[in-house]
Amino acid sequence: MQQSNYYVIIFSVILTVVLGGLLAVTSEGLAPQQKKSVELDTKKQILGAVMEIDKDTDILAVYDKVIQSEVVNFQGDVVTEDEEGKELIAEDVNVEKQFKKSPENRLYPVFKYMGEEGGEGVDSYIIPVYGNGLWDNIWGYIALDTKGKEIKGAKFAHAGETPGLGARITEPEVQERFRGKELYNEQGELVSVKMLKGESNPESALDEHHVDGMSGATITATGLNKMLEQYFKYYQPYFNKQSATAAL
Amino acid sequence: MSAETIDKPVKKESEPLLSKRRKGLVTDPLNDDNPITIQVLGICSALAVTTQMKPTMVMSIAVIFVIVFSNLSISAMRKLIPGRVRIIVQLAVIATLVTLVNEVLKAYAFDMYKELSVFVGLIITNCIIMGRLEAFASGNKPYDSVLDGLGSGLGYAWVILAVAFFRELFGAGAIFGYKVFEAIGFSSDGWVGMDYQSNGIMFSPVGAFFVLGLIIWAQRQKTGYVEH
Repeated sequence: MQQSNYYVIIFSVILTVVLGGLLAVTSEGLAPQQKKSVELDTKKQILGAVMEIDKDTDILAVYDKVIQSEVVNFQGDVVTEDEEGKELIAEDVNVEKQFKKSPENRLYPVFKYMGEEGGEGVDSYIIPVYGNGLWDNIWGYIALDTKGKEIKGAKFAHAGETPGLGARITEPEVQERFRGKELYNEQGELVSVKMLKGESNPESALDEHHVDGMSGATITATGLNKMLEQYFKYYQPYFNKQSATAAL
Repeated sequence: MSAETIDKPVKKESEPLLSKRRKGLVTDPLNDDNPITIQVLGICSALAVTTQMKPTMVMSIAVIFVIVFSNLSISAMRKLIPGRVRIIVQLAVIATLVTLVNEVLKAYAFDMYKELSVFVGLIITNCIIMGRLEAFASGNKPYDSVLDGLGSGLGYAWVILAVAFFRELFGAGAIFGYKVFEAIGFSSDGWVGMDYQSNGIMFSPVGAFFVLGLIIWAQRQKTGYVEH
């Protein structure tokens, strides 16, 4: 049966409205739950850099207790308002969106871990990092000591790395390799921490600036190294100011 | 047929809810007419998502959901759909369902969403679904179409789960993330307690080709199916 053009157009319009409406309703209906999921996931990653998280951990409650946060700019100064004068909340700063701006214009959230019971003074600083993996973006949260010189914990995530290869950056065993590594050499220069190519590198290669690699995931590791180096540099002014204040 | 039916030819006896033909709709795609191993459709996703069991499981459920409901909706409005735009109508229905799955995953299974959202989006282009809509749902009643969708969905599911089983087992030495080889004390060096040396070829799509080829071979050996 050959329908008239009129019928085809009417049918298409009705179908579009029905399907579009269905999607809009779903999207609206699920938005609060999705926002919660994203928030929970972000806080889980932040906490993951400094503590073990198991299924029973009440992430939101623990987070409120042990984490204080602030936002700093490229010069390392704390900023409390954005360009429109709205209050800045570190948890709401979208690191991905910031990543697309030039480094000088970005906002840099800092999460301060106040010890297991909270309020014991800063135990470590957790900074977000963001970069490019092999297929898509990779990101993570790095916990640094109070001087910003030693890694106390790392938590990585990815959007689309190859499962079993680059995706292994999310494994605790891989992230554990970063613990205790040093960012600065003896001359006080920022040398960052690099992941080596290949796995099971000899002990001699794994000094305080190098960690063992992941076999078959060289490009992910290269992206990871670049990401770490860049962000350690971006946060350098902040930590310099922190040490200066502490010295007074 | 009973004599009663012959006596009253005007009133057609309705087909039982699970007649032999209808059972066939569900069971045929599992083996004799399997979408992946016989029709060789939907290969792309069979290669892409099958490195681990868990995401494969979620993917299977998503595909079954999409294929059943798109079959149902297309079949329900098969007499209304204008022939000239039927493909785009089918695509619109599939795309809507896939987006729904993606949104639900984002809200309630965020970890899975992060892992799978790219592949879930690609269900839209899965030829199995379009193929069933075009070949079956657009010419059959809704209930039959649901059974047909279920059959094809399950036929797809068992093959990708089987592929994932072998890829995760030999690739990472695990099943559903449980380290099998380490648990039984076998590892690359033969030492108990060592890590299983991951096998890169099983992680890459090439590994899926091997496993899939072997499954197809074994299946055709058994059923005697020959490509004409």
